Amino acid sequence: MALYDLTIHESLDLMRRGETTSVELTQAVLDRIVQVENSVQAYLTLAPEWALEQAHQADERRARGDADGSASLLGVPLAIKDVLCVEGLPCTCGSRILEDFVPPYSATAIERLRAVGAVLLGKTNTDEFAMGSSTENSAYFTTHNPWNLERVPGGSSGGSAAAVASGMALGAFGTDTGGSIRQPASFCGVVGLKPSYGRVSRYGLVAFASSLDQIGPLARDVRDAALLLGVVAGHDPRDSTCMPLAVPDYVSALSACHDLKGIRVGVPREYFISGMQPEVSEAVRAAIEVMHKLGAEVREVNLPHTDYGLPVYYLLAPAEASANLARYDGVRYGLRVDGDAMWDTMRRTRGAGFGNEVKRRIMLGTYALSAGYYDAYYVKAQQVRTLIKGDFDAAFRDVDVVVCPVAPTTAFKIGEKTDDPLHMYLSDVFTLNCNLAGICGISVPCGFDDAGMPIGLQIMGSAFGEEAVLRAAHAYEQATEWHTRKPEIPIGEHLEASLAEEVDE
Amino acid sequence: MKLTLAQVEHIAELAKLALSDDEKARYQEQLSAILEYAERLQTVDTSAISPTATVLPLRTVMRTDEPRDSMSREDVLVNAPQAEADCFRVQAVLD
Repeated sequence: MALYDLTIHESLDLMRRGETTSVELTQAVLDRIVQVENSVQAYLTLAPEWALEQAHQADERRARGDADGSASLLGVPLAIKDVLCVEGLPCTCGSRILEDFVPPYSATAIERLRAVGAVLLGKTNTDEFAMGSSTENSAYFTTHNPWNLERVPGGSSGGSAAAVASGMALGAFGTDTGGSIRQPASFCGVVGLKPSYGRVSRYGLVAFASSLDQIGPLARDVRDAALLLGVVAGHDPRDSTCMPLAVPDYVSALSACHDLKGIRVGVPREYFISGMQPEVSEAVRAAIEVMHKLGAEVREVNLPHTDYGLPVYYLLAPAEASANLARYDGVRYGLRVDGDAMWDTMRRTRGAGFGNEVKRRIMLGTYALSAGYYDAYYVKAQQVRTLIKGDFDAAFRDVDVVVCPVAPTTAFKIGEKTDDPLHMYLSDVFTLNCNLAGICGISVPCGFDDAGMPIGLQIMGSAFGEEAVLRAAHAYEQATEWHTRKPEIPIGEHLEASLAEEVDE
Repeated sequence: MKLTLAQVEHIAELAKLALSDDEKARYQEQLSAILEYAERLQTVDTSAISPTATVLPLRTVMRTDEPRDSMSREDVLVNAPQAEADCFRVQAVLD
């Protein structure tokens, strides 16, 4: 197996045994990037020289005997979605308004990854400001699904998902506000976890919707996802929405069990709607059957307010976004388009710097919050949010996890849904409610459709109930082989002989 | 819920977004469709329901009032489109 196809835990084993080094591993991934990045286009910024420097430092640290277990990702090459600040690397958020922005600090999650020895490869493509379900809203270019280059990788963490699926990173981080980790993970056949709201610090994450955003891992198997989660999770005094709750050892929780005896699995009928791609519902039903065979007690649960999730989300998230994106005014950072006077400059800067979807959502959010409409739209949506959360609270009294599809379809074709925003929003129906309720959810590969496109199984757990979710996901995964399949990607032309340091477009 | 052009322009002004006539027409249509879809929330009985602003039990998180280092002025200004005399340079705010 090629080094770039290893899981994180496999690569750590090899490095611990001296059978490979971080430099060798990182170089293998960089070579893989040269092979397929032209076709997949997962990265906005690649930092190959810095990556090799980090890899070299990791090898030295390991040689010094520093790898006492606390350097839990020592030497592992990872990709980071371009909405997380990494000091010294551009952070564009997939937008022209931040094209030249280079953060002078790193996000807490990044600091934690670097402290345990992770090697950062670069920043991956995203829908602009994480708004989108296909990565087609990136102001730079669209990422291609490694399983079929004419299809989207999903979004908004499409770059991260595609990088992991195509061997261009051993793992990655993305963000999920309405499904943006789980849906691309599903479309690209990798594991993607959205932690509970408040589990991971948002300090250094460029904010989209402050009550919904969470940073989370994308990886090749559940064990890797558990490992990555454990590194970034935990209280951070710099994020007042980060819960001061101890972080369990997510990886040991997995090794403890290989079956699902005693686990109560809830299946919500509201998540099996007409209009779904038949292969998706079949694959998910088959997965539930596997879980049953593993000893899980499967029962139906009711989440009666499910259908309201979409309108609630598309009022609340844009409302929060309209406030969060007010800072892009050409004053402290980012694009500035000069006008006659201050307000004129701001209008022109924002008009020119933001793409269509972002402007649409800012407008929607501004309207929902405006005088005369605030109660009817924003407050109403918040009230229905309470009901949606209430559905899950009730369900989790009877079951440990809730299982359902991730998306109604597999990856659609590039350009297929870009004409009608509402049509695109419908891709998120199964993932949104998890964010609204603040609970956790994972996508694990559970099959392929007739065209060979990956299908994801979603497992949701209660707030801070990641252990049950990881356990269920791991047991299911280990009883199947979906996660071992890899896409065949045509090897493209070589990139420039020297990959441009710091900037790639 | 069909928005008028005047409403679209009002929203654009609140959000300080310069839009072309094309964009205004397009957003008028698209936003109206989305708001139309959102009308279904009106059928939900929320009379006894309090709004959720945050799912966490945390409220007004405090820290001790101890001075700490903040970001250096240099770092703060490093991405400024225009900086002068250690400040962000902007056009006049007040007439």
